Amino acid sequence: MRLLKLVPDNTNIDFVRLRGLAFGLTLILSVLAIGVTFAKGLNFGVDFEGGLMIEERFVTPPDLDRLREVVNAQNVGEASLQQFGDPRTLTIRLPIQEGADEGATNAAVKKVETAISQAFPGATFSRYSTISGKVSGELVRNGVLAVVLAVLGIGLFAIVRFEWQFGVSTIAAIVHDLLMTLGFFALTQFEFDLNIVAAVLTIIGYSINDKIVIDDRIRENMRRYRKMEMREIVNLSVNETLPRTVMTSVTILLALGALLFLGGHVLRGFTAAMILGIVVGTYSSIYVSSSLLITLGLRANPAPEKVTRSGIENAERVAPRGE
Amino acid sequence: MLDFPRWKVVSIWLTIAVLCALAIPSLIPQRITDKWGVNLPRINLGLDLAGGSYLLLEADVNDVAESRLEAMREQVQTEMRRQDPRIEIGDISSRGGRLSFLLRDPSQVDAARERLLSITGGGVGMTGQREWDIQVVDSSRLVLTPTQAGLTQAVDTAMGDATEVVRRRIDELGTREPTIIRQGSNRIVVQVPGLQNPQALKDLLGKTAKLEFKLVDESATPQQLASKQASAGSQVLVYPNNPTGIPLIAVKRSAIITGDQLSDARMEFSQQTNEPQVAITFDSQGGRKFARVTQENVNKPFAIILDNQVISAPNINEPITGGRAQISGSFTTESANALAIALRSGKLPVALKVVEESTVGPDLGEESIRAGILASAVAVALVVAFMLVTYGRFGVYANLAVVINVFVIVGVLALIGGTLTLPGIAGFVLTIGTAVDANVLINERIREERHRGRSVVQAVELGYKEASRTIFEANMTHAISGIIMFLLGSGPVKGFAVVLLIGIATSVFTAVLFTRMLTAGWLRRTKPKTINI
Repeated sequence: MRLLKLVPDNTNIDFVRLRGLAFGLTLILSVLAIGVTFAKGLNFGVDFEGGLMIEERFVTPPDLDRLREVVNAQNVGEASLQQFGDPRTLTIRLPIQEGADEGATNAAVKKVETAISQAFPGATFSRYSTISGKVSGELVRNGVLAVVLAVLGIGLFAIVRFEWQFGVSTIAAIVHDLLMTLGFFALTQFEFDLNIVAAVLTIIGYSINDKIVIDDRIRENMRRYRKMEMREIVNLSVNETLPRTVMTSVTILLALGALLFLGGHVLRGFTAAMILGIVVGTYSSIYVSSSLLITLGLRANPAPEKVTRSGIENAERVAPRGE
Repeated sequence: MLDFPRWKVVSIWLTIAVLCALAIPSLIPQRITDKWGVNLPRINLGLDLAGGSYLLLEADVNDVAESRLEAMREQVQTEMRRQDPRIEIGDISSRGGRLSFLLRDPSQVDAARERLLSITGGGVGMTGQREWDIQVVDSSRLVLTPTQAGLTQAVDTAMGDATEVVRRRIDELGTREPTIIRQGSNRIVVQVPGLQNPQALKDLLGKTAKLEFKLVDESATPQQLASKQASAGSQVLVYPNNPTGIPLIAVKRSAIITGDQLSDARMEFSQQTNEPQVAITFDSQGGRKFARVTQENVNKPFAIILDNQVISAPNINEPITGGRAQISGSFTTESANALAIALRSGKLPVALKVVEESTVGPDLGEESIRAGILASAVAVALVVAFMLVTYGRFGVYANLAVVINVFVIVGVLALIGGTLTLPGIAGFVLTIGTAVDANVLINERIREERHRGRSVVQAVELGYKEASRTIFEANMTHAISGIIMFLLGSGPVKGFAVVLLIGIATSVFTAVLFTRMLTAGWLRRTKPKTINI
């Protein structure tokens, strides 16, 4: 049986030469992402903004204007409607109720539900949640804290296990991935809620995973080919790991693709974020973080204490590929 | 690396068998496993999958501080009067979070201080910090300030009691497997699977259920009522159903009897009007006290007060000696029942407010489970097919590892009593994708080493050896973000993190150790000269 090879053997793409172009593109995209995030803002979910969210299922797709009228007539604040894939399922978002006590919120939920079931017979609620401003503030704080801690923790791990340049380039690449994700959410105005923070943390974990694999190979090749130029080592390492990078991205995308199309509407935003993160993370692994190592002045012949010797490795030298 | 002694092979298969067996109960519907009569560990479904209500209750810490201050005020007043010689005090105030009072006779300052020390008690916990600071100001004024340690302790006690009361009240509702957990210093998480309308629950938990019987102060003038300033020893309370039309009434400050002295409370229908009411029974001590006070106050009205609001103010027609009384007002069957439950389960030491709430309908939950299972199955199928066409025999080994990994994750999750949430299912699918990463790393390395001209055994050995280090480092970074999610995330995010962390651990076991064993066995048996990879 002939086996499938997504990436041909012995690729020799000069990724390092493309680095100027890649940095430029990355910079432009990052600036754009920041711009979009500030200009359009993120569409925060109820868990981050406080307020109440009701998801209703209708028998037939409802007329949105009529639904908005019905809800707004209840005098519970400006309603915003959102649709998930299925036109019969809608979420209705309402601001935190005046007085902020539970009585007001309960009354609002009841009023809206009654009004909807009268105006649209057969409509049933599938879920609702209410979150006070105080709790949502805490969730935002915890979310930001989690992302910052994850970035720092992983950067620290990279510095301890590798040279400092690896830590810095890795953090730079993650910041890039984060900006892209934020930009994506600002641009599409998909709801940014607590689950998305989990997705973002997973993206960070995955993206680092990818970079660690390449970094690991760079370190190994630095030991193996002590005379080689740094840019050659980086090129060789990225090329050597390219089949793995592509293979893993494809398997994960296959799995996430199944989730995106079949996993139900509640997880859709979450899955979309993760798919985007994996594409962006793969790009930054190949073009951003490893090339940045050269810019940061990583030299061959690392400090001896960082070298973990292994028998087979040093026993023989094998010519680099392409030679 | 490729040397697997028999004991190692046996223990690997045994571990897998045990963990997969643990997964079985979770994969069979509960109504079938229930019939087996043994309690098998199974995965709990989160509310987003099972449907139900989630409430986050928060206690007002100031509330605890205030009621503690009021309690201390009463304690001080009785203590100063109780012993001989009486210490006359005046100008007692509890404003600004402190209790201060004036001694009529400044020479008694040391004696007063002594008594305060005896009622403010010893130290708190291990450190022995005092609960109150006692200060003498201007040689005749004593000021009691609660210490932070004392306050923390008081909040802690109140929350412990409140959690118990909440548990009793929810149990009375007869719902299925509620979860009630304290969270942080002043919050309680309540999760009730299957509950569709949390209104009744919220009504029940929203009641402090502080029941008091007090005599009505009939001397109060309408002016006093209107200004809410009753004469000394009395207070003005809200009385929405007052037959006089004014929704206010003046009552004596000291209670005849309180809800603490109840032994039972039941909803019943009045024999005269057939309206729902709550029948209460006092304990023996409370019954005697109630009998005595009603005997002394025949033909005077008394007020039944719930949570500082007067429900009714009936006349005492004759002494009530049986230790029983009825609370009637404008109750519905539900509200009378709720009140009875609240009274039976005791009063909440602190008022609780719902700060977060969510309810998921059963249809959405079921749909999410179906979608999740379908997505997982398709994800496994796609990944398995892809690995097979890419790596051939080595792909088969990796695929066996992935499928076993799925069962092992379920088994571990059941073993630790974990909860599967909707994001948890996403974590599951993601783990399927990432678990093969280890095999991709290994197999790519084997390919590379073969290209460099190494023998089959050498290439496989080196592939596992070199990839293992990378796999460890890559999984460590993944674990770091998983641990942070677990520590800082709430609810669903935590569920996601748990599955992710378990998946990282089990995938290293199945994808590295297990496939290595399979590969080694194959190499030993057939000793191939070349491999298709």
